[in-house]
Amino acid sequence: MNRVVISGIGVVSPVGNTREAFWSELVAGRSGIGPIRNIPIERLICRVAAEVKDFDPGRHFEAKQLSLLDRFAQFAVVAAREAVKDSGIALSEELALDTATIIGTGVGGQNTLDDAYYALYGQNKAKVHPFSVPRLMANAAASHVTMDLGLKGPTYAIASACSSGTHAIGTAYHMVRSGQVPLALTGGTEACITVGTMKGWEALRVMSNDTCRPFSRSRQGLILGEGAAIVVLEPRERAMARGAPIYAEVTGFGMTADAGDITSPDPVGAARAIRAALRDAGTNPEDVDYVNAHGTGTTINDRIETQVLRQVFGSHADRLAVSSSKAVLGHGLGVAGALEAVATALALRDQIAPPTANFLEPDPDCDLDFVPNAARTMPMRAAVSNSFAFGGLNAVLVLAKA
Amino acid sequence: MDILQDVKEIIAKQVNKPAGELAADTKLADIGIESLDVIEIVFALEEKFDISIPFNANDSAAEAFATIGQVADAVKGLVAAKAS
Repeated sequence: MNRVVISGIGVVSPVGNTREAFWSELVAGRSGIGPIRNIPIERLICRVAAEVKDFDPGRHFEAKQLSLLDRFAQFAVVAAREAVKDSGIALSEELALDTATIIGTGVGGQNTLDDAYYALYGQNKAKVHPFSVPRLMANAAASHVTMDLGLKGPTYAIASACSSGTHAIGTAYHMVRSGQVPLALTGGTEACITVGTMKGWEALRVMSNDTCRPFSRSRQGLILGEGAAIVVLEPRERAMARGAPIYAEVTGFGMTADAGDITSPDPVGAARAIRAALRDAGTNPEDVDYVNAHGTGTTINDRIETQVLRQVFGSHADRLAVSSSKAVLGHGLGVAGALEAVATALALRDQIAPPTANFLEPDPDCDLDFVPNAARTMPMRAAVSNSFAFGGLNAVLVLAKA
Repeated sequence: MDILQDVKEIIAKQVNKPAGELAADTKLADIGIESLDVIEIVFALEEKFDISIPFNANDSAAEAFATIGQVADAVKGLVAAKAS
């Protein structure tokens, strides 16, 4: 079995389109949530989101390429390029032939779908864009990453709503650990801020109308986000031998299904996933210092997640630093777990717990140390990143200081 | 327009019970209404009365929707506000 490390990171996010820009804003707790600028808002009740800013597709792609690329695929390719460049790895023909590309997405090419339906039903046009199908398919991002970088190993998209990015990284981690592949590009991507998607989320009645305040008593729900986060996973031995940047070691992955409610989280299923991840890592609960929570900012998620952490960690729960990045990043569905895994890796690198931003006042139902509003420098050995998706699909990663 | 009756019928359909078994003081929780049922009922009421109900599952105000009568009163208020 290989030990596996994160040796390259690429990020497109609501608070910056490079790894370090993203990380410095996250540590500062400056929220990327703001008034929606990229889509018409007249028919929206919720008019805020965490949009990616200053992303000029023309800077990254030729016009001919762009006609094939939905926004969610653009994000993934740009993040993948940064991750590979950052890792410094030379993708020889032999290595590229076996490199895996596993990319999570919750809802695929929503901008393409929204545009096509608007043309059909809104404008009564007879036709839609000829590349609507290859743009919107959920595997489009993974496929474009392979085409852009020449990667020819196992490749597919993983869809598990809000856990997609975590499932992708965990699956790729197991592939590298077992030796099935020598290298993996993995993470998540999402570009779900369209009128259609926003109306769908509004109808579920779980959206906040101002901002996202995870674990705070007056929290009003979630805010949608978007972006991409791609990491390079490779055997620790090779990364060290070639002097690559090593952000953190991936040590465990656990996943479960609640087999219960389609939207409400289940403490039993979530706790089982964390325990499975710790078991996979061979890590004792007492050795975990930081948890990057799922922390959506809905009443029920944050209350249940608190209970789950108490169940799994027992009295050690009071010594954990727990923070949710969603106050800064919004909820990027399929990219959320990947952005949060990157946050967790960078937290371990710098030994800094990023804060739970937008925190107003404690909730008696959420009584852990949520690192409110200000980052904290602290020793961290191991960290856990939680994702609990709609559909009752839970995925949890354990990372360790490199 | 008997709003209470319409509300009863919409809720009765959701839980597959005769509307006659429901009363203004029937508690939603007592007839097996779960959180997703509430979301569907709110949607059905908005469609029926062409109103917008400011219902957020994360808001403590959501607890004001405990009985059928309370739901009907909220709808009455919104229908009246629309007419004025």
